[in-house]
Amino acid sequence: MTTENGLPQYSICILEEQTQLTLADLCGACSVQDQQIIELVEAGVLEPQGREPARWIFVGASLHRARKALRLQRDLDIGLAGAALALELMDEIESLRTRLRAVGGEY
Amino acid sequence: MEFKDYYKIMDVARDATQDEIKRSYRKLARKYHPDVSKEANAEARFKELGEAYEVLKDAEKRAAYDQLGASHKGGQEFRPPPDWNTGFEFSGGSPSGEDAAGYSDFFSSLFGQHFQEGGARRASPHGKGEDHHAKVLIDLEDTFQGATRSITLRVPSVDAQGRVVTKDRILNVAIPKGIRAGQHIRLSGQGSPGIGEGKAGDLYLEVAFRPHPLYRVDGRDLYLELPVSPWEAALGATVKVPTLGGIVELKIPEGSVAGRKMRLKGRGIAGNPPGDCYVILSIALPPADTKVAKDLYRKMEQEIDFNPRAKLGVPK
Repeated sequence: MTTENGLPQYSICILEEQTQLTLADLCGACSVQDQQIIELVEAGVLEPQGREPARWIFVGASLHRARKALRLQRDLDIGLAGAALALELMDEIESLRTRLRAVGGEY
Repeated sequence: MEFKDYYKIMDVARDATQDEIKRSYRKLARKYHPDVSKEANAEARFKELGEAYEVLKDAEKRAAYDQLGASHKGGQEFRPPPDWNTGFEFSGGSPSGEDAAGYSDFFSSLFGQHFQEGGARRASPHGKGEDHHAKVLIDLEDTFQGATRSITLRVPSVDAQGRVVTKDRILNVAIPKGIRAGQHIRLSGQGSPGIGEGKAGDLYLEVAFRPHPLYRVDGRDLYLELPVSPWEAALGATVKVPTLGGIVELKIPEGSVAGRKMRLKGRGIAGNPPGDCYVILSIALPPADTKVAKDLYRKMEQEIDFNPRAKLGVPK
């Protein structure tokens, strides 16, 4: 399909809403080997459905979360457990901010 | 191009030890990491920091940089002397393509020619091309109606001389209706070409909204500050409110006060369920700049027994 300026238009989807990812998808998108994603699952950072790695299905939002965990480890030189803790605390801050906004406060 | 004072960026003295540089880097990296920091310019600062550290952590690069350094100040116009790095051999690892793409022209002009393609890249075993990631800014209106936007991406590539250069790549992207800030659009097959028979990689775009003059966005909900006159607030009124879908009428109840929050159900960002638009009232005072207006204010002063500071426990 092309548009008026002659460029092709691409078929797209919202990753967080309509997408499911396999372990291979996630490894490709994060440019890492299986083992690093498996470790993220073992640390509880990612929670796929399915029993064994070959059958794991991740929700689309996992991609962002995995990349964030990997970036934190690499850029700040912290371990997996440290990155997992940082992510949990960031989630908590985000939910507190949402509640604060809901009661009309600014953050 | 501007000279970059890497010591100033790293907040260390010119004679700092490698340990001091490392400590300072770690501290500042935690402060400005874009995933952690809420500072407005965190991403730019973090990139600058990474670039400075790339040079100062490496004894060879640092020595070469120091040779230039003393006579220049940060921000000054700078052109590298023709043979500035003669006698230095850069054996350290080059940064990966993704990192190097964010480095300044200053950095590239000094160290850029030493990048080799493929150093940090690793072909995935199944031959699929590399996935790419980028951020795009869209208008709030684009997500409300869905829209096609042409988006320019700066793509780093390596030229014949082995230098990292950026090229513009223009893509037409149909913005899906209802997408929210922080979500990602996946464009299948728009990453790097595959290896051999392998599929091309995908392109992921992280969406952010340009600041909107009227609305503040929270997930799917919108917040709008709606000024009303004192009589609209006191007596009640039906007023017109701008929403992304057009003007709607809103009934202001009698006796409303500033800060009152009202909800226009389903008038936020599209979705299932759609978001809401919250209207926060503020009271706009008519200026007392005519005789009529002044007289009316005086009349209120005389005839209405009102102490705005009653709750503070002070008499009128």
